[in-house]
Amino acid sequence: MIGQAIFFIILAGAVYLFWKNAAKIRRNILLGRDADFSDRPAERWATMARVALGQSKMTRRPVAAILHLFVYVGFVIINIEVLEILIDGLFGSHRVFSKPLGSFYGLLIGGFEILALLVLLACVIFLIRRNVLKLKRFTGQEMTSWPKSDANYILITEVLLMAAFLTMNAADYKLQALHYSHYLKAGSFPVSEFIAPLLPSQASALVIVDRVCWWFHIIGILAFLNYLPYSKHFHILLAFPNTYYSRLKPKGQFTNMDSVTNEVKAMLDPSFVPEAAEVSRFGARDVTDLTWKNLMDAYTCTECGRCTSVCPANITGKKLSPRKIMMDTRDRVTEVGNNIDRHGKDFADEKTLLDNYITREELWACTTCNACVEACPVNINPLEIITEMRRYIVMEESQAPASLNNMFGNMENNGAPWKYSQADRLNWAERD
Amino acid sequence: MEQKIPTMAEMAAEGKQPEILFWVGCAGSFDERAQRITRDICKILQHVGISFAVLGTEESCTGDPAKRAGNEFLFQMQAMSNIQVLDGYNIRKIVTGCPHCFNTIRNEYPALGGNYEVIHHSQLIQQLIDEGKLKAEGGENFKGRKITFHDPCYLGRGNDVYEAPRRALEILDADLVEMKRCKSNGLCCGAGGAQMFKEPEPGKRDINDERMLDVLEAKANVIASGCPFCMTMLTDGVKHMEKEQEIKVLDIAEITVRANGL
Repeated sequence: MIGQAIFFIILAGAVYLFWKNAAKIRRNILLGRDADFSDRPAERWATMARVALGQSKMTRRPVAAILHLFVYVGFVIINIEVLEILIDGLFGSHRVFSKPLGSFYGLLIGGFEILALLVLLACVIFLIRRNVLKLKRFTGQEMTSWPKSDANYILITEVLLMAAFLTMNAADYKLQALHYSHYLKAGSFPVSEFIAPLLPSQASALVIVDRVCWWFHIIGILAFLNYLPYSKHFHILLAFPNTYYSRLKPKGQFTNMDSVTNEVKAMLDPSFVPEAAEVSRFGARDVTDLTWKNLMDAYTCTECGRCTSVCPANITGKKLSPRKIMMDTRDRVTEVGNNIDRHGKDFADEKTLLDNYITREELWACTTCNACVEACPVNINPLEIITEMRRYIVMEESQAPASLNNMFGNMENNGAPWKYSQADRLNWAERD
Repeated sequence: MEQKIPTMAEMAAEGKQPEILFWVGCAGSFDERAQRITRDICKILQHVGISFAVLGTEESCTGDPAKRAGNEFLFQMQAMSNIQVLDGYNIRKIVTGCPHCFNTIRNEYPALGGNYEVIHHSQLIQQLIDEGKLKAEGGENFKGRKITFHDPCYLGRGNDVYEAPRRALEILDADLVEMKRCKSNGLCCGAGGAQMFKEPEPGKRDINDERMLDVLEAKANVIASGCPFCMTMLTDGVKHMEKEQEIKVLDIAEITVRANGL
């Protein structure tokens, strides 16, 4: 009974805390400007099914794709086992699904065990890739100590959780063989039967191992759940809404600024009366100038670095890294959110996303080639943020690089980015 | 040009409406290298007998580099005045010689009231090949030459056009090779996003030089492309490597013209 009560308190506390922190992230995302993504719902569901559920964009890197698939499938399916653990914990039962499911239960537990082993192996390989092989994709200026530790914490936690799950089963397997107390014969243990010989043989010691692993496993899962909102690992949840709200237009198509359209129409036609639009700044100086989708992108980023590894600017040694753009945006909006919590809604610090986080040198190095957008396995768009910030620099500050100002001047004066007379536009037709 | 290039103004004066407008673009109008491609696109149009016209001095920049650089005002000014000209001539169908013009008119003009059917010249060539109107005979033989296609970002990733330009190469008796970074994974030439008009930020090397590593690895002796900016960057890249003798950079239109002896 006491065990059940403690379990209930821990579970309720963990769920409450997670809910509170997830709500904070939702609030932070909604600090962004409004944007309408209500069109083409069928296509959006299909995109989500393909890209998030089906992991279609992971296939480009087959080794990472297979390892990630193990962890992903393992995570989703082992959660069925967690459901049983929750019921057992709340009602003091033991392997509550074993009776109703009959022989299928054995198959299920056997399957979980194999998955758990695959998850464990995949996580160990991932740790080796990061810490021993030191793959280039996991390094870079933005991969400072916290992002590196974050990744390792996630992987180590998953290794420990799977190890606890398998050890628990091994103890259970041994107790079942001893026909001890309520440990009825249930499940099959294709992996943990090999761990069993390593465990003590007395029933009392085995019960302790079983219980310790059981509590460690479930408390570990609940702790991990509460780690998510502080971690890049939040992608396991946001990948789904983020792919649902994907941009469905051709990648080459940049957003149209309706606020500018009104002004241009008024300039070209003095009789044009623009609809009253809210006065906002052109482009983005801080995170609140971006759309909520840009901010959701930022919270969805799991820092895998596929974007940066294909960025032509980054490859050739420029400062720009699309992953840094996303991480900076996330860190800044988190900071803005924390400021609101601490100092109230209207508090403004002296910082902005532009300059305090993202430098102009990074922004001007972008070729707008869309390689980062194409590479992202969860359809994040760093290019939109870069463009919005360029818009701010050019239209609000008039601080474009001098050579680009020359190009603008040429376009205004003679309708071409170079200084050629419009009257000479057809000269090519004269020669052969 | 052997045959005169008709302008919309001249056609309209004669009460004629061409089948398609050829949007030449700024590079195609002024850059000497790109002018040759412009003339070749006209040769193809004339060869198959499509009635077309150009805007000539009434054409103006689409505003693409302004938009990518963040100058939405200038972009929309350009776009709206171009739309006025295009609508004034009641134009419905446009072929462009540049992926940037193609992307901008096709995708970004509709929000400002300009709705046209827009194709890139590689798509026109593909159509003509598929219809049997264009072959690869009577001209230069590409047999045994290793050709690789460099995907322009605003044609490939930007608009998912990957097969059309390759179709123009497939009909040659040549050895087609793909670079390691191709199609949706293609590496930019370094000119997009208004980079063409500024010096690159400090770094290890220039992007076009990076691209040359892929060309060398594929052992190609012809780099085909479909974009005047890629043309400039790739040609410079070949020059930096001092490989002008071994590696030629050619537009899809030039290859088509040569293969047909036009």
